[in-house]
Amino acid sequence: MIHSLFLINASGDIFLEKHWKSVVSRSVCDYFFEAQERASEAENVPPVIPTPHHYLLSVYRHKIFFVAVIQSEVPPLFVIEFLHRVVDTFQDYFGSTNVGDQLPTGQLSVVPWRRTGVKYTNNEAYFDVIEEIDAIIDKSGSTITAEIQGVIDACVKLTGMPDLTLSFMNPRLLDDVSFHPCVRFKRWESERILSFIPPDGNFRLLSYHVSAQNLVAIPVYVKHNISFRDNSSLGRFEITVGPKQTMGKTVEGVMVTSQMPKGVLNMTLTPSQGTHIFDPVTKLLSWDVGKINPQKLPSLKGSVSLQAGTSKPDENPTINLQFKIQQLAISGLKVNRLDMYGEKYKPFKGIKYMTKAGKFQVRT
Amino acid sequence: MAASPAYGEEKGGSSSLGEPEYGHDPASGGIFSSDYKRHDDLKEMLDSNKDSLKLEAMKRIVAMIARGKNASDLFPAVVKNVACKNIEVKKLVYVYLVRYAEEQQDLALLSISTFQRGLKDPNQLIRASALRVLSSIRVPIIVPIMMLAIKEAASDMSPYVRKTAAHAIPKLYSLDSDQKDQLIEVIEKLLADKTTLVAGSVVMAFEEVCPERIDLIHKNYRKLCNLLIDVEEWGQVVIINMLTRYARTQFLSPNQNESLLEESAEKAFYGSEEEDTKDAKAEAASLAKRKPYVMDPDHRLLLRNTKPLLQSRNAAVVMAVAQLYFHLAPKAEVGVIAKALVRLLRSHSEVQYVVLQNVATMSIKRRGMFEPYLKSFYIRSTDPTQIKILKLEVLTNLANETNISTILREFQTYIRSMDKDFVAATIQAIGRCATNIGKVRDTCLNGLVQLLSNRDELVVAESVVVIKKLLQMQPAQHSEIIKHMAKLTDNIQVPMARASILWLIGEYCEHVPKIAPDVLRKMAKSFTNEEDIVKLQVINLAAKLYLTNSKQSKLLTQYVLNLAKYDQNYDIRDRARFIRQLIVPTEKSGALNKYAKKLFLAQKPAPILESSFKDRDHFQLGSLSHLLNAKAVGYQELPDWPDEAPDPSVRNVEVRRAPQGAGVLGEPQKVPEWTKCTSREKRKEKVEKPFYSDSEGESGPTESADSEPESASEESGSSSSSGSSSSGSEEEEEEEEEEEGSGEQSEDKEEEEEKRTKRKEKEGSRKATSSEEASASESSSSGSDSGSEAEAKQRKVPPSSKAGPKEISLLDLDDFTPPPPQPVPSSSIVSTSLVTDLEGLMLTDTSLAPALLSPAFGAVRTYELLHRMAGEGLSVEYCFSRRPFPGDPHMVAVQIQISNNTDAEVKSLRVSEPKPLSGMRIQEFPEIERLAPGDTASVVMGIDFCDSTQAANFQLCTHTRHFYVSIQPPVGELMAPIFMSENEFKKEQGKLMGMSEITEKLTLPEKCRSDHTIVQQVTSAANVGRVPCGADNEYRFAAKTVTSGSLVLITLERREGTAAQLTVNSEKMVIGTMLVKDIVQALVQ
Repeated sequence: MIHSLFLINASGDIFLEKHWKSVVSRSVCDYFFEAQERASEAENVPPVIPTPHHYLLSVYRHKIFFVAVIQSEVPPLFVIEFLHRVVDTFQDYFGSTNVGDQLPTGQLSVVPWRRTGVKYTNNEAYFDVIEEIDAIIDKSGSTITAEIQGVIDACVKLTGMPDLTLSFMNPRLLDDVSFHPCVRFKRWESERILSFIPPDGNFRLLSYHVSAQNLVAIPVYVKHNISFRDNSSLGRFEITVGPKQTMGKTVEGVMVTSQMPKGVLNMTLTPSQGTHIFDPVTKLLSWDVGKINPQKLPSLKGSVSLQAGTSKPDENPTINLQFKIQQLAISGLKVNRLDMYGEKYKPFKGIKYMTKAGKFQVRT
Repeated sequence: MAASPAYGEEKGGSSSLGEPEYGHDPASGGIFSSDYKRHDDLKEMLDSNKDSLKLEAMKRIVAMIARGKNASDLFPAVVKNVACKNIEVKKLVYVYLVRYAEEQQDLALLSISTFQRGLKDPNQLIRASALRVLSSIRVPIIVPIMMLAIKEAASDMSPYVRKTAAHAIPKLYSLDSDQKDQLIEVIEKLLADKTTLVAGSVVMAFEEVCPERIDLIHKNYRKLCNLLIDVEEWGQVVIINMLTRYARTQFLSPNQNESLLEESAEKAFYGSEEEDTKDAKAEAASLAKRKPYVMDPDHRLLLRNTKPLLQSRNAAVVMAVAQLYFHLAPKAEVGVIAKALVRLLRSHSEVQYVVLQNVATMSIKRRGMFEPYLKSFYIRSTDPTQIKILKLEVLTNLANETNISTILREFQTYIRSMDKDFVAATIQAIGRCATNIGKVRDTCLNGLVQLLSNRDELVVAESVVVIKKLLQMQPAQHSEIIKHMAKLTDNIQVPMARASILWLIGEYCEHVPKIAPDVLRKMAKSFTNEEDIVKLQVINLAAKLYLTNSKQSKLLTQYVLNLAKYDQNYDIRDRARFIRQLIVPTEKSGALNKYAKKLFLAQKPAPILESSFKDRDHFQLGSLSHLLNAKAVGYQELPDWPDEAPDPSVRNVEVRRAPQGAGVLGEPQKVPEWTKCTSREKRKEKVEKPFYSDSEGESGPTESADSEPESASEESGSSSSSGSSSSGSEEEEEEEEEEEGSGEQSEDKEEEEEKRTKRKEKEGSRKATSSEEASASESSSSGSDSGSEAEAKQRKVPPSSKAGPKEISLLDLDDFTPPPPQPVPSSSIVSTSLVTDLEGLMLTDTSLAPALLSPAFGAVRTYELLHRMAGEGLSVEYCFSRRPFPGDPHMVAVQIQISNNTDAEVKSLRVSEPKPLSGMRIQEFPEIERLAPGDTASVVMGIDFCDSTQAANFQLCTHTRHFYVSIQPPVGELMAPIFMSENEFKKEQGKLMGMSEITEKLTLPEKCRSDHTIVQQVTSAANVGRVPCGADNEYRFAAKTVTSGSLVLITLERREGTAAQLTVNSEKMVIGTMLVKDIVQALVQ
């Protein structure tokens, strides 16, 4: 399937190659470089590039292109998904300290995702329920689309072959789910219980989508007043961020970014809290707000200087928002209980909830 | 891992390609050492006695290779270490060998004997790795050795080694394709392998070596389907793709009859908007002659077993299942894939890119499927342009009369984006919406005209081009716009836009008689500075004006043509010459001149703006070829469905297996060595809960083992009882044949025993007419002569509510033409007895019984929940489907049919404010977003009645109204049948005497004396299962209450003449009492 693999860094050097069949010359990457040039931005390089004798399938992560060379028909997602897994593995491998034992040893096992003979003195299982809100908010502040995507990431360090079950108070919230292969699908289908022999260490147990029928609570709002006047090189800029439906929790880690139109030369702004940067080259404004104090709403005000002589920009910038809310799953999802079978010791169990902004955009 | 230093180091490095970089090379030791010396250093290390030094040297060498440096001169030094004891060193030597053996074939041969030894190693990992390397060495001379090694490994006792053998097959094949025949033999052998570990790899080998040998799959088809869920994810992708092709050659199109049905039915059963009615009509005639469509159980098996994989975390698996459903599933079932595909849009952008391409193709054929997810395709400013454009494509495909206003509003924001390529694409998209949806054409056109005053020239240019296309559809009404555009020629510089405007003015010069010559004047002035494409259009305009208005434009035309005559571009010179001859009458130009006007001012068809993804689905979706819209090397065509299904019996397998201790019912009894705890559990779970795909009318078995005839009968039994098509007579006959003629086909002893008893029973029943099967044949004969429960069921459905289009369990009706009247059924007797036997096997399974006990189903009674008068045109009926409620075994499933008899759309139908009595629980059905006038929807809700006949009260809400309704269950619906043996029955009955026993005497009326009728009446009055009984004059039934699981045992004893005695034993006295009343009433009525 994959004939060869080339790794190309940000400056366009092929710094690693691997061939599984006959060696394919590096020059095949020239087609890739051509496409890269045409695309202007890395993210716009087509993931599939046909060349006279090969097909180049690539993924772009960590500022590195992983380019696979293919010679014949193969489902493109097969290769792309595989490359992403390779990158994940690299990330795990080079990122963690205990090199060596981490490589998969389960190939012969009946539970291929778990190595055998696991031993811990402290047996613990932690589950993080993390929900992200993807939303598009329109000019007037009404929600165009909002959905909640969640994951349950687990860190399980348990001795032996534990068999876990995790149940929810309100499993019906989960509309669409995808599982780690360890989860027994039938059990979920029939009882809405997650039953699994966990892999050892960190893994993603489940990703889910919250049913669209439930209204999504939007925890923050943005008030904005951005105006460019004709025949004036000055514009006004003012945004305020405030909490909306936060279920009484604090919104923190708030970060506002906005791509300004090309005509903007500079911005003179004063934040009521946090720090802000405007990069006059990329025209990217970012404001690190921090926590939102409901008593004193953070705001960023000031003026925008525009290129003289040009007409005012047609478009107003979109505002992208990041935030975090600890100890809250915005969908209301709650874990009911976690039980362990198959082993005798008592593990330490922990569940954490968090809500984050996913792709959260405010149009202005 | 060896590459790790290089990885880190080079990341920031800026070395150019060809330049040697000694300084960076960890192997160099010093900046000044030469190539030669450097390798000396490594050679020394390799020759040393210390493994650590060898390992270090090998690490450096492999790192060099990874960075594309030539390390071939080290071959002799490295190859010596192939026999090294240290496994780490060995592995790295292997890596080296695989890379360089092809270049140094003679030397490589030195290593072969080591591998040959490795192949005999007691450790399976070493055997496998020896084979892996041996097969990766591309040295033609060792082909025979490889062949031998593969053959041996294919019969290795370790599945891991066999898997490696499968991997080696394509490698050998690519080295020497003459080995094909021998390799096919190995593939055939490995295909028969029963382990999940091997399955994916061997199918991969099959796909690479002999994809045309579809016949090799027959015998393994069912096994592959059943193993699939446990195969590793990459193997799943390969298997699913192959099975898609296989199914296309072996089964009939599940959608072949729909057009026929649709025509004959008064009303379309389901509103799939993409119906191609023309085709339908054309085909209808030929279809009429065809037999009614019955889905092959094997076809169903594939669909059923792949569906759970839509939940996979692996995007490739999800895509594979999605394409399988798209290409193989009945239209009504394809919808399930949409949600999963939309989920993938959350993944990496490369995944999004591929998925969106496929969604774009699918959304043209099956728009309805993605409509509910419209908003998931909304575009964010942070999306990469290529993703934006694909999303735009999908949004455009999804646009229809109802959602167009939302979509256009969305497009409006897109137009103000900073990403100009995207804006241009948006304008194109608006153009396509305008052509496709007449209603908004003017709105779109106006919007586009406004864009003409946009500051951005690209936006204007794109708008011009699109407006031109739109105007071509109805030019007469829009001369204002043409005038407006004529003015734009002063400002707009984009050549394509200028050319478009000129063409428009030329084409419709009659609508703008005053302006046109003036535009020509201006263009003549600037002619020399125009782009070629504009010049051509200037000539064109001049010619047309000359023909229509020669007085004003004669001189101008002459002038333009003269300029063009001396243009640098030969196309322009050519065109000028050609046009001059054509329009200017001279002596020489004879005949053509007369037709000039006709030539230039002919009516031109308006361009059709259509998706570039149209008809792309002739490529298998998810494939590289589909993505590129061009056939890739090695692409296997997706064949068309056959007209006649090939013989399905080729998939039957004759296998004999040891009896299983824990054997439960006729599900796949194989629990081979690899399926240890987890998968075994999974399997069990499957058994317990075979109805997970409740929505599909396959409440029947999810399992069907490799080949038992039972599987087929289960299938037919279940599908027919769920009101679907298949009770077709042929199938039953088939079962009979299979059953009678095939003692040897039975899978294990247990089953064989079952058969024997069955046969006995059958004989017995023929003599004594007192067997369970009576029940079924009874129901079918009661349903007139057709023998089809499905029909009977259909009849039950009141005419006002056509078989609900939304309820998928009924949807198989679409594939169903009523079977020809059938003079009955010795066959159906057989099959029912088979069914009963199966039931007997299913100790754990309560769910199958109701579906299989056809009499119970034949007698489904519908109750009114909301009369159409009270409901202001909304009428609601419900019935107890007697299927287990998915998700909660303690709930009674209530099937609700909602018909909208109003002439307005009813929106957001839902249950609200259930006010259950204490302990009662209600699981509402999912909200029905909208119900078109005349439509009927069918949904299932679950109610836990707490074993009481108290009514469950709730409100049924629409977007405007609330209706208070209540469902009161007959006592017979509060239970679910269970099976028990006669002895168990007696034992349990013994425990439930005294207070728990209720007895009633009755007189059986004339018409209710046959076994058939009695059984039918009882099972229709209560959801109970038949218990075998030795005595001729007794009937026994057993059930458990749904909530508390209390036993309910029913005995009906016939005395002399018409007298009879009914006994009910149950802890729940109230239930017992009421049940006696109900049953007596049913019998006496």
